[in-house]
Amino acid sequence: MIKRCAVKKYTEIFSSFFKIGALTFGGGYAMLPMLEKEAVEKRQWINNEELLDYYAIAQCTPGIIASNTAALIGYQIKGATGAIIAALGVITPSYIIITIIAACLSEFMDIDWVQHGMSGVQACVAALILTSIIKLWKNSIADRFTLVIFVLSVLAVVISDISPAFIVIVMALSGIIREKIGRGKKE
Amino acid sequence: MIYLRLAAEFLKIGLFAIGGGLASIPFLYDMAEQTGWFTGSDIINMIAISESTPGPLGINMATYVGYTVGGPVGGVIATLCTVIPSLITIIAIAGVLNRYSQNGWVKAAFTGIRPAVTALIVSAFLEVAQVAFIGDGGKSSWMFTAIEWKGVVLFGIMFFLIRHLKKHPIVYLAASAVIGVLFSM
Repeated sequence: MIKRCAVKKYTEIFSSFFKIGALTFGGGYAMLPMLEKEAVEKRQWINNEELLDYYAIAQCTPGIIASNTAALIGYQIKGATGAIIAALGVITPSYIIITIIAACLSEFMDIDWVQHGMSGVQACVAALILTSIIKLWKNSIADRFTLVIFVLSVLAVVISDISPAFIVIVMALSGIIREKIGRGKKE
Repeated sequence: MIYLRLAAEFLKIGLFAIGGGLASIPFLYDMAEQTGWFTGSDIINMIAISESTPGPLGINMATYVGYTVGGPVGGVIATLCTVIPSLITIIAIAGVLNRYSQNGWVKAAFTGIRPAVTALIVSAFLEVAQVAFIGDGGKSSWMFTAIEWKGVVLFGIMFFLIRHLKKHPIVYLAASAVIGVLFSM
């Protein structure tokens, strides 16, 4: 009996997050309203305040925000197994949809007009990324220190062959040194 | 062997691409350069498709790259490896969740991580711009004559529209594809 209850709960977690993954475009911010409807209102696994907390934490942990949020909610419902099932639920639709598209698209890529269309799309992707950068700028660059970090990081990636992972580690350490050690001495 | 390499690359993305999908793009350019599995132009097409299909951008990108490199199995490996580091972290910190987000050390690290991630995305933008605005898919050097002016103009128009209309990205991508066909870009 207990076992059957657990399985039912896991199925619920998986199907809820599968639905969220299948119905949100772009992940991240776009996911919040869906999560609110499914996890807060319908299933009542968590309340609104917890959802916003998890969402904030998901942004300061490694990995994709969407699967992080899913895992955090899954953990609250059913521990580590719940976290794994929630994350699998949210990524499964992506896997299915993209695999089908990738398999079909490679057939069309050599056609002339498809290539013209893709050239148009490339210009649009550049515009979309620039728009995201402007939004991110407001949350990440606040003073001279963060501006210096930004400029150094851009130079490091563009000019040198340094791995992006290394840059993230070094800049995280710089943040710690400045905020914790540098400020500690002054006070 | 290729699966092992693929797994290692995406574990790295899962661990360091903090903040989501766009942050993983510089890692993909790095991967393209190191392995030769796909080109810069391929990456832009993957971004466009990942933005126009449901699901988180970072996960869509992982599946797409994995599929391109190693078929359906490659897709599974890349997708799972992207989420494994985050699952381990979350299960590890779940017990001390509230203390984690309020922790001074975590906050301090993020004052450095946030601008660095913005910088990584700027570099992704430069890579994309190079392919989109320069002939031969960005292979030729930055020369005035090689600039694809149609691409630059379309970029300017789309940037303006995105900032002012707040429609879903798929709208702009679809419109740009149609314009690309009509004007033989």
